[in-house]
Amino acid sequence: MRIESRAYGPIEIEDRQVITFPAGILGFEHLHEYALLDATQPGFYWLQSLENPGIAFIMLNPYDLRPDYVLDVPDEDLRSIAYGDEEDILVFAIVTIPEDESRISANLQGPVVINRAARLGRQAISLDPRWRTKHLILEELARAGGS
Amino acid sequence: MLILARRVNETIVIGDTIRVSVVDIKGDQVKLGIEAPRDVKVYRQEVYDAIQEENREAARSAVSRPAGTALPSLRRGDTQSRDGKSGS
Repeated sequence: MRIESRAYGPIEIEDRQVITFPAGILGFEHLHEYALLDATQPGFYWLQSLENPGIAFIMLNPYDLRPDYVLDVPDEDLRSIAYGDEEDILVFAIVTIPEDESRISANLQGPVVINRAARLGRQAISLDPRWRTKHLILEELARAGGS
Repeated sequence: MLILARRVNETIVIGDTIRVSVVDIKGDQVKLGIEAPRDVKVYRQEVYDAIQEENREAARSAVSRPAGTALPSLRRGDTQSRDGKSGS
């Protein structure tokens, strides 16, 4: 299907890239249909709203940032995306890029979990207080790489 | 909104499975003990608010960089000079 995207303008995507978020993303509860796209930079992804082309989120895999990341979210969140086979579950963290780009950060407290088989997604809230809304990406990478 | 007055060590029961007790009161701070099944989500309002605000900021930042050109490399070796801590 053809969609309008923030990153690439009009593009063609496959049906399997379309993910439904029944509860939306926090703060964007009115938007339910998204496309999951690769970003040009490896390891980054776009979560592109299909209902509002102007809304898109950059995401990364939290395990690339923090190998010790553990998805610790309420069972209810996982049930809502028909959690069954762990193989089908994708976990992402939404990225924020402020004016000072060196302070680019990832939100590990509100992970986006997607069941790619059921094509259902949800933004969960981590039960583990170690994970916060702003993990500075450059700092985390330097720390982990230097260990 | 239902408003109930409770003293320290008193409890209210919500449904069959949720109990909220007043554990301690110090000045303007109330410490609550909450017993609920694991599938009932209990969060501070601030956590919701913080994630909502972070999402709004993230959506704004994505808008200003449509091509994603500012994204750093996630390959660890690329993020630091190779000298220094060799052999890790």
